[in-house]
Amino acid sequence: MHALVAQLAMELRLTMRRGENLVVTLGIPLLLLVFLANVELLGNGAGGSSRLDQLVPGILCLALISTGLVSLGIATAFERGNGTLKRLASSPLPRWALVAAKTGAVLSTVVVQVVVLGAMGTLLGWAPAGGPLVALLSATPWLILGTICSAAAGLLLAGLLRPEATLALANALYLLILLLGGVIVPLAQLPGPVATLAGALPPALMADLVRGALTPGAAAGPGEALALGGWTVALLVATLATFRVDEG
Amino acid sequence: MSGPASPVIEVRDLVKRYGGRAVVDGLDLAVAPGEIVALLGPNGAGKTTTVETIEGHRRPDAGSVRVFGLDPRRDAARIRARCGVMLQRADLWNQARVIEAVRLFAAFYPHALDPGQVLEQVGLGERRGARYRTLSGGERQRLALALAIVGRPDLAILDEPTASMDVTARRTTWDLLRRSRDDGASVLLTTHLLEEAELLADRVAIIDRGRLLAAGTPAELRAGGPGERPRLEVALRTPLEAQAEADLVALPSVVATGAPPAASGRPGVYLLPTDDPGATLREVATWLEARRIVPLALRYGAPSLEEVFLRLTGEAEADR
Repeated sequence: MHALVAQLAMELRLTMRRGENLVVTLGIPLLLLVFLANVELLGNGAGGSSRLDQLVPGILCLALISTGLVSLGIATAFERGNGTLKRLASSPLPRWALVAAKTGAVLSTVVVQVVVLGAMGTLLGWAPAGGPLVALLSATPWLILGTICSAAAGLLLAGLLRPEATLALANALYLLILLLGGVIVPLAQLPGPVATLAGALPPALMADLVRGALTPGAAAGPGEALALGGWTVALLVATLATFRVDEG
Repeated sequence: MSGPASPVIEVRDLVKRYGGRAVVDGLDLAVAPGEIVALLGPNGAGKTTTVETIEGHRRPDAGSVRVFGLDPRRDAARIRARCGVMLQRADLWNQARVIEAVRLFAAFYPHALDPGQVLEQVGLGERRGARYRTLSGGERQRLALALAIVGRPDLAILDEPTASMDVTARRTTWDLLRRSRDDGASVLLTTHLLEEAELLADRVAIIDRGRLLAAGTPAELRAGGPGERPRLEVALRTPLEAQAEADLVALPSVVATGAPPAASGRPGVYLLPTDDPGATLREVATWLEARRIVPLALRYGAPSLEEVFLRLTGEAEADR
């Protein structure tokens, strides 16, 4: 227990000290939220509250993708490439405690993101039915599932690729998801084949589910929940099957 | 070989192959409680593969490995709770501070030492607040050593612990490891430094190409084997010509062994095996004086571990 607490404290400390990660996990989502809430760009011209109803869930999903896929993926890839993971694996720290500590750090980051982005959305005029707090709580299961799915994808990359390749690919995927993932730009505005493909992938599924929970009348179907659950299980299985603490 | 107590590490007939090539090829090794054993060998001898197999990171292709009588892979958790490890290459997080890293690893063990004190002992006391990113190679290695010993382990497995340390840090490390040993811990370390093996280890295992060439205390290794009789070592500023060299070796009290007198491998250094050092010393002095040669050094004694090592690894080379 002592070991788990110490490792979790270290993970949280590192999360706060990785400045470049804070840019991706908080800076970019905040900037996009403020920018897109004020600029008529995505054709969701109804303005005001309904534009934010569309935007806030997407920004939240982008934020947890940045935490799981980009931040966790890149940090873990470097820990693996530098031998840090192997050093920890040689210590008495149990494997489960390391996973739990990292999970704790990721979930803490997501909580901070949801609070900060929810507060900024509210400041900008986001007013979901029942108030932001109730709305966000009702979306919690999907936010958690989305976080696990993103984290599994990040760890899969970190286990398969060299650190530099993970860095490049995770950032490229982030940009693709931002532009074409059906997260920020509604699927309806993407070219047909792109929309069809993106609609079957985790980012759009996450965004739909979170949007459904936050916005009355936009409820997502159980098919989407099943699909996201399936993706998450598949990514976790692939990660567990391929991840090694070192390249040897 | 390892006394009455059951060994802390016992390796029998270990084989580890990579792509069909045997990197470790039938190795036997034992470490008893409270002893420092050095695994000495040239680069690529299989030292790292051996210790990583003992640490449970690699699966043996044949043979058996036991640590505290347990299987390094099946019983990894129980073994790691009693082990401190120093990997050959393992960096920590750039953003972490030195003292934070030591405190973290101290938290992994039930009876850890005081983190601040351990940092003082490895000579990093003044760097305790520094970020890992800012440490030099030698400082990183000292921190890695601190992480290996802070948990007061029963067994420390150290892969080239002093490779990038300066001379002072190396001496400090040896003192620390001797103190751990005196407190009852066992230490297995790899090194390619003969001096380290000779001055630090209670027993030395010389390996090359994955095979054990010799094992014993440094004194046993120096004295062991045919032709390892004491010799007078004559070091000259300039190497002798062939005729003069033949004359020197033919001095009456020098024992003919068949080995070439320049077998030291160093130009201008001649090894004269003798059973009567006083006579040989007089003869050599007269011989040098007649030729007006002032020697750089005259040394009488058993062969150095370096000579034994070069002979053993040289023989292994010739056998192939």
